[in-house]
Amino acid sequence: MLSQVESHLRSDRFPHIWCPGCGNGIVLAALVRAIEELGLNPDKTVVVSGIGCSSRAAGYLDFNTLHTTHGRALAFATGIKLARPELDVFVLMGDGDATAIGGNHFIHAARRNIDLTAIIFNNSIYGMTGGQYSPLTPPGKRATTAPYGNIERNFDIAELAKGAGATYVARTTTYHATMLEKLIVAGARNKGFSVIEAITACPVGYGRRNKMGNGLQMLLWQKEHAVTVKQAEKMNPEELQDKIIIGELYRGEAPEYTAMYEEIIARVKSKNQ
Amino acid sequence: MSDVVEMARLMQGNEAVVEGALAAGVRFFAGYPITPSTEIAELMAERLPGLGGKFIQMEDEIASMAAVIGASLAGVKALTATSGPGFSLKQENIGYAAMAEIPCVIVNVQRWGPSTGIPTAPSQGDVMQARWGTHGDHPVIVLCPASVREAYMLAIRAVNLSEKYRVPVILLMDEVIGHMRERVVLPRAGEVEIIERKKPAGEPKDYYPYRPDEDGVPPMANFGDGYRYHVTGLVHDEQGNPTTDPRVAESLILRLHRKIYDHLDDVVTVEGYQLEDAEVVVVAYGAVARSAKRAVKDARAAGIKAGLFRPVTIWPFPEKEVAELAVRVRHIIVAEMNLGQLKGEVERAVQGRVRVTGVNRLNGELITFDEILSAVKEVTSDAQSG
Repeated sequence: MLSQVESHLRSDRFPHIWCPGCGNGIVLAALVRAIEELGLNPDKTVVVSGIGCSSRAAGYLDFNTLHTTHGRALAFATGIKLARPELDVFVLMGDGDATAIGGNHFIHAARRNIDLTAIIFNNSIYGMTGGQYSPLTPPGKRATTAPYGNIERNFDIAELAKGAGATYVARTTTYHATMLEKLIVAGARNKGFSVIEAITACPVGYGRRNKMGNGLQMLLWQKEHAVTVKQAEKMNPEELQDKIIIGELYRGEAPEYTAMYEEIIARVKSKNQ
Repeated sequence: MSDVVEMARLMQGNEAVVEGALAAGVRFFAGYPITPSTEIAELMAERLPGLGGKFIQMEDEIASMAAVIGASLAGVKALTATSGPGFSLKQENIGYAAMAEIPCVIVNVQRWGPSTGIPTAPSQGDVMQARWGTHGDHPVIVLCPASVREAYMLAIRAVNLSEKYRVPVILLMDEVIGHMRERVVLPRAGEVEIIERKKPAGEPKDYYPYRPDEDGVPPMANFGDGYRYHVTGLVHDEQGNPTTDPRVAESLILRLHRKIYDHLDDVVTVEGYQLEDAEVVVVAYGAVARSAKRAVKDARAAGIKAGLFRPVTIWPFPEKEVAELAVRVRHIIVAEMNLGQLKGEVERAVQGRVRVTGVNRLNGELITFDEILSAVKEVTSDAQSG
């Protein structure tokens, strides 16, 4: 499996910066396998990331890679994709990155339905700055800035993306790595804004403070709490209370932004002739 | 001759920026509407598709700056336009463009501030924001037009300089220049040099995206052109990889400075009027320079040896040129629509060799020629009595 991934890694950049037990590497590997599966040309593939632990992933990948400012990855990616729609653009973000500081860009990228594949590493915490609560930290959980327990409600990324206009929305966990790869493949094939939420573990910044054990125990927690869309259909709301529904959650139809802009160009040019 | 007459047209300053930028090859605009820069976005939206270019109205100023950087990295010359409050929002990403060496142009049509201030009133309050608005130390290039035609010419120059030195360039206008309409005769296509960024020539495997040529500027491969590399705002080595090595950090930031400061003769331009025998010189930029020119003419008519010194490039500040002025004139007056932002720089260059007086206005109105003329008369009569 490593050999399959290795050809797209900048091996000289290793060891990576992630802590033992961190799930980010699993998401990274799933992305690389998905790109392989999609058969994309590495020279035409762009990986954009924001700021945070997860966003360092871009630097380990042998594509055109752009590590941007905190929260702004989707806005940078929008410029790249609109300027050169023939490029395949993946955007890697953390949960705080995508939904707090980058929340506005997230909903507008979805609304435009611009053809980007966004992968959100959701570890429920700000990892790189040492464990502050994010919009994805569940209520009651502890963080360095929520020492008495978080009183904010957390976003449902999938509902947020769907409501804002994304045309492909999926969620899974790092325990379900093969499913993650498949969802990324499907998201990239969708001509529009695709969001794949990857629930991942931060044993140091989140797990330790909330007594969830080490990386392995957190992976097992993901296994125990995940139910597929199919399973969820047969479950009642009480049964679903602390469960994470995984799989393809939504597919919509909407015109894609860059394609519509190309039509405007063609229309204006033909009128000018 | 008839050609030239045919090309004369009535044009607004903001419109001139658009036409200049398009002539320079700009094919991407991302922006967010803000008075008094809005016409730039509106005209770009209209003009770009016909040229195969792209316009996008982003969700905010921060996103606009980010999209401009993304487009530039994908190989398309890109520009954004804003005004004071929006300029503040763009700063983090302007710093990113400086650090990652991504060519782009930011037009700031200044309005009265601070805060929301008077959106429709002119000001020159962003002189220091243009220089020091971002965090950290990096050089900037800031150009300041004083006429509609110059707005056109400097838009081209801003694009050229940004491509040549891989640096964000700021076109710092004021509301008067942005909204004024003048008859202009534009140069014909081919009469103005258009500069393209240097591209790498060798094999992709041998490409070091941040290894500079002798001029301090590394060749730039566009995303999608087969040279895969990493771009980051972190301190990075010649391969683009992040590092915290203090030697790399220092040499990177010094190179960013050197690539501009080693080329001051190319970057810095100034304009002089009646400077040869001047005893009192008015330093002014942007719209105020027009009032100053009239004041100089009237002073000359009154027998006062006055002159005008107009920095076209305000950053890097034309320190050498002002220092030269200081050894041969008796008074310097700096007229500006703020409390003395550029005056401080003039004083720094003058180093006490000559008295520097400010004519300042910050009530949202343009400084008039008679205000400047009175100041000229005052300093010269002081000298006679003293």
